[in-house]
Amino acid sequence: MSEATAPKAIEGTLGFIDERLGSTTFFKRNVKKVFPDHWSFMLGEIALYSFIILLLTGTFLTLWFKPSMTEVVYDGSYTKLNGVKMSEAYASTLDISFDVRGGLLMRQIHHWAAVLFMASIMAHMLRVFFTGAYRKPRELNWLIGLGMFTLGMLEGLFGYSLPDDLLSGTGLRITQGVTEAIPLVGTYIYMFLFGGEFPGDDIVPRLFTLHILLIPGVILGMVTAHMMIMWHQKHTAMPVKNQTEQQVYGYPFYPVFMAKTGAYFLFTFGVLALMGAFVQINPIWLFGPYDPGAISAGSQPDWYMGVMEGALRIMPNWEISAWGHTLSLNVLIPATVPLGIIFGGAGAWPFIEAWVTGDKRQHHVNTRPRNAPVRTATGMAAVAFYGLLWVAGANDVIADKFHVSMFALTWFFRVTVFVGPFLAFVITKRICLGLQRKDANVIGHGVESGIIVMSPDGKYSERHEPAREQERAVILSKENTRPEAPARDANGIPAPDTKGPLGHLRARLNRAWTFDDIPVEEHEEHGEVESGKEPKQLSH
Amino acid sequence: MKRFTAWRRRPWAGYAVVLAALAAIGVIYAGFSPQTDRAEAENTAQAAQDLANGKQLFNKNCASCHGLNAEGTKDAKGKPIAPSLIGVGAASVDFQVSTGRMPAMNPGAQMPRKEPIPEFNTSIKTDYSEPEKREEAEKQKALAEKNLADLRAYIASLAIGPAVPPASAVDPTKGDVALGGKLFRTNCAQCHNFTGQGGALTGGKYAPPLSGSDVTPTQIYEAMLTGPQAMPVFNDTTLTPKDKQAIISYLVQTREEPNPGGNGLGRIGPVSEGLAGWLIGIGLLVLAAMWITAKKPKKLKKS
Amino acid sequence: MSDDTKDTGGPEPREDGGPQGRVIGTPSPARDKALLAAGPISAPAGAGEELDEAAAKRAERIVAAFFLLAFAGSVAFIAYYIGWSGRHGGMHGVDRARESNFWLGGMMALSFLALAIGVTIWVRRLMTSKPIIQERHELAADEETRAAFAEDFLQGAADSGITKRPLLRRTLLLAAAPLGLAPLVLLRDLGPLPEKRLRHTFWGEAVKKAQAEGKKGVRLVVDGTNRPLRVSDFSSPGSMITVLPEGIEEDVPETEVLTQTAKAVTILINVPADQFKPAKGRENWHVNGIVAYSKICTHVGCPAALYEQTTHHILCPCHQSTFDATDAAKVVFGPAARPLPQLPLAEENGYLVATSDYHEPIGPSFWERG
Repeated sequence: MSEATAPKAIEGTLGFIDERLGSTTFFKRNVKKVFPDHWSFMLGEIALYSFIILLLTGTFLTLWFKPSMTEVVYDGSYTKLNGVKMSEAYASTLDISFDVRGGLLMRQIHHWAAVLFMASIMAHMLRVFFTGAYRKPRELNWLIGLGMFTLGMLEGLFGYSLPDDLLSGTGLRITQGVTEAIPLVGTYIYMFLFGGEFPGDDIVPRLFTLHILLIPGVILGMVTAHMMIMWHQKHTAMPVKNQTEQQVYGYPFYPVFMAKTGAYFLFTFGVLALMGAFVQINPIWLFGPYDPGAISAGSQPDWYMGVMEGALRIMPNWEISAWGHTLSLNVLIPATVPLGIIFGGAGAWPFIEAWVTGDKRQHHVNTRPRNAPVRTATGMAAVAFYGLLWVAGANDVIADKFHVSMFALTWFFRVTVFVGPFLAFVITKRICLGLQRKDANVIGHGVESGIIVMSPDGKYSERHEPAREQERAVILSKENTRPEAPARDANGIPAPDTKGPLGHLRARLNRAWTFDDIPVEEHEEHGEVESGKEPKQLSH
Repeated sequence: MKRFTAWRRRPWAGYAVVLAALAAIGVIYAGFSPQTDRAEAENTAQAAQDLANGKQLFNKNCASCHGLNAEGTKDAKGKPIAPSLIGVGAASVDFQVSTGRMPAMNPGAQMPRKEPIPEFNTSIKTDYSEPEKREEAEKQKALAEKNLADLRAYIASLAIGPAVPPASAVDPTKGDVALGGKLFRTNCAQCHNFTGQGGALTGGKYAPPLSGSDVTPTQIYEAMLTGPQAMPVFNDTTLTPKDKQAIISYLVQTREEPNPGGNGLGRIGPVSEGLAGWLIGIGLLVLAAMWITAKKPKKLKKS
Repeated sequence: MSDDTKDTGGPEPREDGGPQGRVIGTPSPARDKALLAAGPISAPAGAGEELDEAAAKRAERIVAAFFLLAFAGSVAFIAYYIGWSGRHGGMHGVDRARESNFWLGGMMALSFLALAIGVTIWVRRLMTSKPIIQERHELAADEETRAAFAEDFLQGAADSGITKRPLLRRTLLLAAAPLGLAPLVLLRDLGPLPEKRLRHTFWGEAVKKAQAEGKKGVRLVVDGTNRPLRVSDFSSPGSMITVLPEGIEEDVPETEVLTQTAKAVTILINVPADQFKPAKGRENWHVNGIVAYSKICTHVGCPAALYEQTTHHILCPCHQSTFDATDAAKVVFGPAARPLPQLPLAEENGYLVATSDYHEPIGPSFWERG
């Protein structure tokens, strides 16, 4: 830290930049920025690093990929396709795989990175949701994250479509069918998207531009904003000892966090290289070139589109034909409603929660999932809904592997997609409350020590000891709900936010949020001791 | 010898032996299994005898369901239990019996592929090191081949039907692979998947996988020709023998092709890929994250 | 990180403004003081834990070993690439791609993972930094700053005259509105209008051409081999094959072939005559139980090609819409709402021919379909 000992090269460079940008003040303020530690805080980093790897490998691929649907007759080193008519896009993907050294590796790393990018965003969002890290002041970053996931789905779908193999063509065919079903303007959008009828020869070049320029550019901007906001607001912390709303406890950015995150970048790249080397993904040479008359069993999209696929599969065949027009509910509902519920619900949730609980404070310490049972249960209901639709997207693979009736399986999903979330809600909430009760016991009566004592009158009992300090800190992070102010005060005048139907709704939801809370309370004397101790802990 | 003894003690030696043994079995099996030469009867007397043997085998193994005259049977409500075998031809018999689907053990949604019953099992192990054991196995195999041939001849004698293709028609090295790929993707992949991994049908039925251990080139040809169970028929005038050979070549060469990108994940497409991404990718990275953020080991500190 | 730079002004008054010239968005001096205290509280900079030197030396050697392994991995990567991967005229074909993928990917993974493990051990065993505590500060500006900003903002608006001069304001809005629409207009040439394109297929054209030559209809050829099918060729009950109109490869411009195929592709099925129930008005659309249906699913357009000869179901492998081949391809199960359109067939000189186009649009439903 002392400038006297800094090597000349570093000092010179820093001086050069400082004199022109005034950067040293910034560095000084940030070099020791504290980052709280928890393994789940690194899930988002997987997404960040996968994105960097996607940019690197993607750039490599563009050097050889030809985004063209011009028909060529293949004559190359994958001899099984010699003499087959195919698009230049498909032929050049074969060349990348079989004639460019390292090309197959880069293709596989690129595709695995895409799979991991989406998977880690989802895992990260689940962590953020279940710990309440989206609460004020972090709603904007939550929305940016949702936006990135949505864009990532599109980006992935477009990338999947580029090689123009049988699977990607089938994906495009379904995209076209869904587009066509849009009321009023469907056929126009279809014609404009494909530059004529499906497949035409415009769609691959168009998707290529969107895939390599527009969408990654937007995602890059969102990633930057996401990181800057996170840096500025400081990361949330888990509700453990030393973490409070006013203070953050952890290792400094330089050198510890820098090294940790650097190591994690290397891990991400290493795991992706490992998968690229040893686990085959998207073997387009086996799928063959796109042919509108051909189809394969098990034609599935990548996992993040599985929800839409599942919804399309289990939807009953509702269609309205009237006055010379057709409304394909069997396509429109699955294409919009499930993801609409999930994304719309997720986007609105922080604001709905704040409205219901009336909590307008800033939060920097996360909640344990058990301490917000309604949130956790709602989250699990959403997970069940999403998960069931997702699994339904693989119903043919399941029917095949387990030799069950596909129709029965479809009916199973048609029912469980409604029942499952409900059950998940009830069960999760019960579990949360059970855990709360256990916590209350630990604080109220202590931990069973395993030591049996005999009282003077000969009674045996087990001695309970107070929990360890760390454990107590975690349990005591729970904020017991305070009784809501009565809807009418003593003079019979209603409280301002309980008026009207909306006010009633809010009051009822608020009761549902809080009514079965199990308060964690210490015995009087304990509380005295603890509150005396607290400041000392913080200052050491 | 001494060095060999030392090698034997190495930890990998056990795996190496198992691998070598598996490879040896594979090579020998590959050498023996696609036996397509069929002993043809030399003279009519012999043929009549064979036919009688075939009829006897039929009565013993098949007639309980298909009827004494192979006319098929129906239950009390007139619902067919087993189809008539008149006119199904030798190809159908060969396919059903040599893949073990017939004689069926119990009727279900679909007859699964299984080990053929001993009388018809032409793919038994014969590579015993003891000469007498090997001789016996070879004898049994020859008998099974004769039995199968006699049964085929008997069914074929009832009415004309598709015959077993000659070995030259199913040679997977001779067909046009590019054409085969196109025909396979247009007419077969919708059920059997793009590399023949199989797929689901309605009502718990399934299109079986077409891997090397499931089906021989001859059986593929016979299946196309006769359309066993739910599979549609592709007769020789719709897809000519040349087209069929192209399909067989594509399928056999593709299933023998190594996966250049590593483990093929069952070659069933994005479902297993998504699973691998979550389990391996996210799994390994979560372990890494847990390690990175774990509490520092205490013992390092100077006390 | 630019958002943080606004906090970086020290407590000293700025050169560019003096006490009054605080730039909008910079914090008040009062807040800056609070921020100064936001530094590490517990340990002074540089102070760390002391390590047991023997253990540290051991850890250092372990880390170094991993770094050396990473070095060896990347050297092997480069060596393999230069020395082996390009032998015998470069890497071509499945086997060489497999080998190259194995070595390049394996060495790359080794290199990155060894480096990652090395750095992690370094952090965990050799870095002496202690955890520190930092203050979290209020994100919102204080009342005074807000008020000052609001005043500046209103003052600026007033100075610009936009609040006072409605003509200026309204014409500006008027000018901006069409400018926003202009890019949308530019997108018009992305594609043609739908017109009647979705209502006919190449079967119609081909039939018309054949009938102009005095024939009954266009012959059906097998997709892939282009062989015209005779009725007798397709006589086995339970048969299925994919067919196209004869001439689709020759009579259509090359760039159009796939587009026309995507609409014209048809499955031909031989349904046993005793189970076939021809639909009303379509009694003569089949030839002895040989029927032709569009292969394009009416749900979202996958080829519905999975035919079970025992149940006579046609199943779409994408979303499991199921149609009954014996009963005019009526929907039995799944998300599709309409039967597969049927192609009228007839026999001419022993060949199977189609006598007209599909009578309804093939493929997924759309708004104007009716």
